[in-house]
Amino acid sequence: MPQPKKVSIEAVPLRHPYRVAVALFLALSGIAFVIDASHRSAYDWKAFGKYLFDPRVIKSAGVTLELTIAAMFFAFILGITFAVMRRSPNPILQSVSWLFIWIFRGTPVYVQLVFWGLLSTIYHSIFIGIPDLHYHHFYLGVHFALSQNTSLFWIAVIGLSLNEAAYMAEIVRAGLLAVDSGQEEAAASLGMSWWSTMRYIVIPQAMRIIIPPSGNEIISMLKTTSLVTAVPLVTDLYARTRDISDETYNPIPLLLVACTWYLFFTTILMIGQYFLEKRFARGHRPMIAMSS
Amino acid sequence: MSELMVEAIDIHKSFGSNEVLKGISLTVKRGEVMCLVGPSGSGKSTFLRCINHLERINSGRLKVDGTLIGYREHNGKLHELKPSEASAQRVGIGMVFQKFNLFPHLNALDNVIAGLVHVKKIDKKIAEKEGIELLTRVGLADKLEHFPAHLSGGQQQRVAIARSLAMQPKLMLFDEPTSALDPELVGEVLDVMKSLAASGMTMIVVTHEMGFAREVADSLVFMDAGVVVESGAPQEILANPQQERTKNFLSKVL
Repeated sequence: MPQPKKVSIEAVPLRHPYRVAVALFLALSGIAFVIDASHRSAYDWKAFGKYLFDPRVIKSAGVTLELTIAAMFFAFILGITFAVMRRSPNPILQSVSWLFIWIFRGTPVYVQLVFWGLLSTIYHSIFIGIPDLHYHHFYLGVHFALSQNTSLFWIAVIGLSLNEAAYMAEIVRAGLLAVDSGQEEAAASLGMSWWSTMRYIVIPQAMRIIIPPSGNEIISMLKTTSLVTAVPLVTDLYARTRDISDETYNPIPLLLVACTWYLFFTTILMIGQYFLEKRFARGHRPMIAMSS
Repeated sequence: MSELMVEAIDIHKSFGSNEVLKGISLTVKRGEVMCLVGPSGSGKSTFLRCINHLERINSGRLKVDGTLIGYREHNGKLHELKPSEASAQRVGIGMVFQKFNLFPHLNALDNVIAGLVHVKKIDKKIAEKEGIELLTRVGLADKLEHFPAHLSGGQQQRVAIARSLAMQPKLMLFDEPTSALDPELVGEVLDVMKSLAASGMTMIVVTHEMGFAREVADSLVFMDAGVVVESGAPQEILANPQQERTKNFLSKVL
């Protein structure tokens, strides 16, 4: 094939003088801010450096990560459950799911966490079984004592995950709705039960739509863990750095320490999300499996 | 064993205030191939979907192989079947859709064996053997690992037919199986359907392929506006329609 002759247009490219001016202004302001901040005593960079890798801070950063992972794990499972319930042909399951989402999406997470923290003062114990029916000390049922010692960590996980589950349920619901109704009909015509259809046909296809916004929710959860102080759980990153600064009367460097760790985690999550989205956005076309 | 595979008596079906089926009565014998033709909106697809209870009928009686579909009759009263019982009835009735409705996240072989594995609970290794045989039968032995998105429309529809056949149905329903295909791909799907008819399968085919109806069908039913206008041997109806509406329709499609 003969190469086509290259003809390039010779023209003066469009200038963007205002862009250059604004960029210059912002860059100079940024530099000025950094130079100023590096000298400003309130930031106390020496303390920042000292506490950034303080064992207490690192340990509390670990707690924040654990809270995030545990809460998202349960939120994801509950979210799928409630979304599927919402679509079930059973009106009781539908109503329960609606009610759950209504309450947990409609009240602030901070208030919910305070409530969960007070659970042991509202209910001293939880008894599942037949009341007043016992033989000596043997009850017909299961008895959970709620003491002040019930792990605050797990109360925080329960509070965070129940709130998040309401949001996950809506995300999953959108994913389920995006799957063509012909899929359910085809599965039904094969004789598949409603649950098998959900489990093997609809949910796997909905995942493509569910995963990108779920990444967002993880990042959001990481930051929301800073509210567990309402429970009150005080071992997470934000509470711990605040505790330390309460002793040192030097809050600003410790706030910077906390922000640095949050940013570090969210950056990693954003990178992960980028690759996940790229993977799930590959057309709608799955790759051909390698023939053996 | 009942001589009649499908027996429909005065079927009525409405969507809201819109009555789509206004008293359909027809029978399909065991081994018979019936073509349902008619203008769009005539209710033929809806009727087909009623046969495997994807749509619920409002009145009438619908029997497949002597068994009432969707209900149980007890002391002259109808009782709705449990979802599991309705599912069990669908196992015996294969359905092929206009838009194929293959499962896009599964390759051709996994599509074919989905019913075997998740409904009949057959071991995957054994099911795969059966699935390979079925895909060979529809001429796709070399596409086992291909995902639907990488198959042509004709190939997808053949996979869909194999998927239905895997459940060993006694009746196959085809809902405009070639309407979504490019013209040059229609033939390969019709060929598979012809050989299926030759093997003695009872089939009801909603179609606009009059050539197929003439060549393969034992009976032809012309529907319009929710009623059966005319029915009989395809050669006769196509050559010599008695009703004005049939003449009108055929003059447009032939």
